[in-house]
Amino acid sequence: MAEYKWPDADKRAYIGKRISRIDGPDKVSGRAKYSYDINRPGMLFGKILRSPYAHAKVVSIDTSVAEKMPGVKAVKIIPVPGNEIQWAGLELVAVAAETEAQAEDAVRAIKVRYEKLPHFVNEADRSKAPEAYLRPVNTRDVGEPEKAFAEAEVVVEGFYGNDVITHCCLEAHGLVTEWTDDKNVLAHPSTQGISPNGPQLAQALGLPASSVRLKMDHIGGGFGSKFPVDPWGVEMTKVSQKAGGKPVKYFLDRDAELAVAGTRPSMYSQVKIGAKKDGTITAWESDTWGSGGVGNLGPAGLPYVFGRIPNLRLKSQTIATNVGPQRAWRAPNHPQLAVITMGAVDDLAAKLGMDPLELFLKNLELTGARAVNYREELLKGAEMIEWKKNWRPRGEGAPGSTKTVKRGLGLSIHTWQGQPHNSDCDVIINPDGTTEIRIGTQDLGVGARTVLNIVVAETFGIPLDWVKVSIGDTRYPFSQASGGSTTTGGISSSSRRGSVDALNLLFEKVAPGMGTTADKLEAVGGKIQVIGDASKSMNWKEACTKLGVTPITARGKQPGQGTLASAGVGGCQMADVSVDIETGIVKMNKFVAVQDCGLIIDLKTAESQVFGAMIMGVTYALYEEKIMDDHSGRMLNGNMEFYKLAGLRDIGEFKVHMMTGPGYDDRGVIGLGEPPTNSPGAAISNAVANAIGVRVSTIPLTPDRVLTALAKKEGRG
Amino acid sequence: MSKSDERPDQPGNDPAVSRRNFLKGSGLALSLPLLAGEVAEAKAAAEPAVTILGPGKVDITLTINGKPVKASVEPRVTLLDCLRNDLDTTGAKRVCDRGTCGACTLQMDGKPVYACTVLAIEAQGHKITTVESLAVGDKLHPVQQAFWDNDAQQCGFCTPGFVMACKSLLDKHPNPSDEQMRLGLGGNLCRCGTYQGIKAAVAQASAGMKTMKGGKRNG
Repeated sequence: MAEYKWPDADKRAYIGKRISRIDGPDKVSGRAKYSYDINRPGMLFGKILRSPYAHAKVVSIDTSVAEKMPGVKAVKIIPVPGNEIQWAGLELVAVAAETEAQAEDAVRAIKVRYEKLPHFVNEADRSKAPEAYLRPVNTRDVGEPEKAFAEAEVVVEGFYGNDVITHCCLEAHGLVTEWTDDKNVLAHPSTQGISPNGPQLAQALGLPASSVRLKMDHIGGGFGSKFPVDPWGVEMTKVSQKAGGKPVKYFLDRDAELAVAGTRPSMYSQVKIGAKKDGTITAWESDTWGSGGVGNLGPAGLPYVFGRIPNLRLKSQTIATNVGPQRAWRAPNHPQLAVITMGAVDDLAAKLGMDPLELFLKNLELTGARAVNYREELLKGAEMIEWKKNWRPRGEGAPGSTKTVKRGLGLSIHTWQGQPHNSDCDVIINPDGTTEIRIGTQDLGVGARTVLNIVVAETFGIPLDWVKVSIGDTRYPFSQASGGSTTTGGISSSSRRGSVDALNLLFEKVAPGMGTTADKLEAVGGKIQVIGDASKSMNWKEACTKLGVTPITARGKQPGQGTLASAGVGGCQMADVSVDIETGIVKMNKFVAVQDCGLIIDLKTAESQVFGAMIMGVTYALYEEKIMDDHSGRMLNGNMEFYKLAGLRDIGEFKVHMMTGPGYDDRGVIGLGEPPTNSPGAAISNAVANAIGVRVSTIPLTPDRVLTALAKKEGRG
Repeated sequence: MSKSDERPDQPGNDPAVSRRNFLKGSGLALSLPLLAGEVAEAKAAAEPAVTILGPGKVDITLTINGKPVKASVEPRVTLLDCLRNDLDTTGAKRVCDRGTCGACTLQMDGKPVYACTVLAIEAQGHKITTVESLAVGDKLHPVQQAFWDNDAQQCGFCTPGFVMACKSLLDKHPNPSDEQMRLGLGGNLCRCGTYQGIKAAVAQASAGMKTMKGGKRNG
């Protein structure tokens, strides 16, 4: 039985080094084909008529004119669940035509009569929510909260909020779908789960799983919004069938993408913290609400990270809204929980006149098992941002502040699990010495291809470009959807096991000719040699000729023997901001992140994940907001002018430090996509409060909110 | 439409793509708050010299990456959609489809342009350079090499647009100041958050275009 473990630090040729992503040349040259780029012979273009109303019943739909229009090949009415539209943008009729413009003309010619119903789209002020939209209240007490608050030497109260935001993937949701004959479907979707989506689409169409093939080379962003096959995936495949099986391309227009294809739930909370004068936190009370559209949210996971506060009183409630349904947004709930918890803890520090860094350090045992990591990370972060030199008590203004521009520092800590998902792969060694890994996974841009390449090449001791990495096809072994930072752990584990097994099979073939046994061999530097004796060696290609005509194929699995991956990471982030108190504009001066994620496979793409999460974090902390109109029930900023993403000019000096080496590497591989996304909102909110001397309660910290908070502080609000 | 950091219709700037053409080509533009004089100028200019085309398909010839290419499109079809749907040239991406995000950036007569704000019929007679033309075989353009070396890409959907914007920036300012970089690349958006890498890529490409050497790939 082979032993499955990672090579020791001094024997790693690639693992942990800075390796450029292997699909980089395809992406920079425009050669990379995203599903949106797929053009098929005779392809039609799909369009969908969507409901303009947030809450309504469909009385009638007349498609007769549309069906006869030039170029129109199929029109299909989409059933509305319960015949009650629950959000503006719901799919009503799908059309396919020879050109996109013809399809759009046809959609405009469809006549729908609606019976409008009252809607509710803004839950920030819960007193305005109609009774029917209020879901049951969850309550839970831990310890003796009443007694603890009565005995607390200091109590601080505050309100903290996070508005609804969207995913805004640059490649919209959608697919190119066709019937290759009357029983088989081939589709190119933009999905985070190529392997699970195949059977899901088959089931929705009433086909055997084996009749649906999905392929995807590249995906232009997912962030948690691209797990399901979605109504348009199913309906456009039916439209293709109606059009004689012709390929149909359908990708959401930007307004629909923002309205219906991604909603991160809001979260608002009234919080009370009890503590001793020395800053030791003894009690927490929170009354929390939020909305993810029509669906239910679970109980809020407060307090965040400081989960061992001994006395808790927790109350949470979902408020339904007529807004497009929630989708998992990179680290579901964690960024919102961080804004609430770290904001409240930071306000406690301000009330006590303490440095929040000292207060966080003082309370770290409330974080549980990773307290020691948080300590290291906080101290490292403080060094990187020169906390001691730059921090000043709240409202005093950090060095460099002027009469109108105030500088401040803020921090936050976070966590995530990131356990490995299930994954199968085939690792192949061909008699000509070439190798391949086939795996039904996908590369969301994190560098999954590169991770697979590194693991196989490392195991075989061969150059990176001797490995072909084949992903993104339901015909490859099943690997789970990419979400929750589970992919790198999953695929690095399965590919390591598959590679070790394939190599052992090769060792067995070549050992007799080398006068030894398989267990005495190792693969290093493009050679197979007797362990520790380079004089008895055979080069890789020559060794592979011993296979004759039969390639080796080894199935790698996760879970499996040995522990190659684990779960549970921590990290801290510290922000240095300037706030113009005349305009309310917040500017990032500096932003640092310290992050652990176990054994890092590729340091270059790992750091990119953290930088990317921080930049995405600046965006949601300062700019992003799904603005819903009370009157019409529609999203007002369903475009990229007013649904704002940070640009290059909005980014200050960013620094990332990854925790590696003993105590970190030995935990095995742990996912990284989510965790660094969790702290930016909290760290930036705390930095703004530190700069201007008052909490801006709700993110995004837009200029109007900053000015309103300042006005309130000065008694003008 | 022009993403250069100077207004294309400034005197002496000899615009390849004028504001006037932009207005003709884009219904969106007329809804933007323009100066009254500019609108009047556009209207006056639009009347006499225009040949009426459409609404059916029109045969056109575009000069793409140095080669004449024929297509048949309705006059309302954008250059971006013509490239992507009719010519299978998909490097330029469709994201916002209204001149905000820069994912469809290409060059017309050497100047950066959002392909979603140009009509295909109006692109005739102009030299169109797309991201596909930059690499020669496996040899990447220094800007592309720099994007790869500095991991200035994650999902990569914004990358071709950024590469073209970056090339245009460096064509004009071989040693861009921070401010020139912020302006030159300020019309492109990334969702994955690759700006850190992009800033490093600009620095490398700026040096690399002078020596025409690639950067250091790994290490």
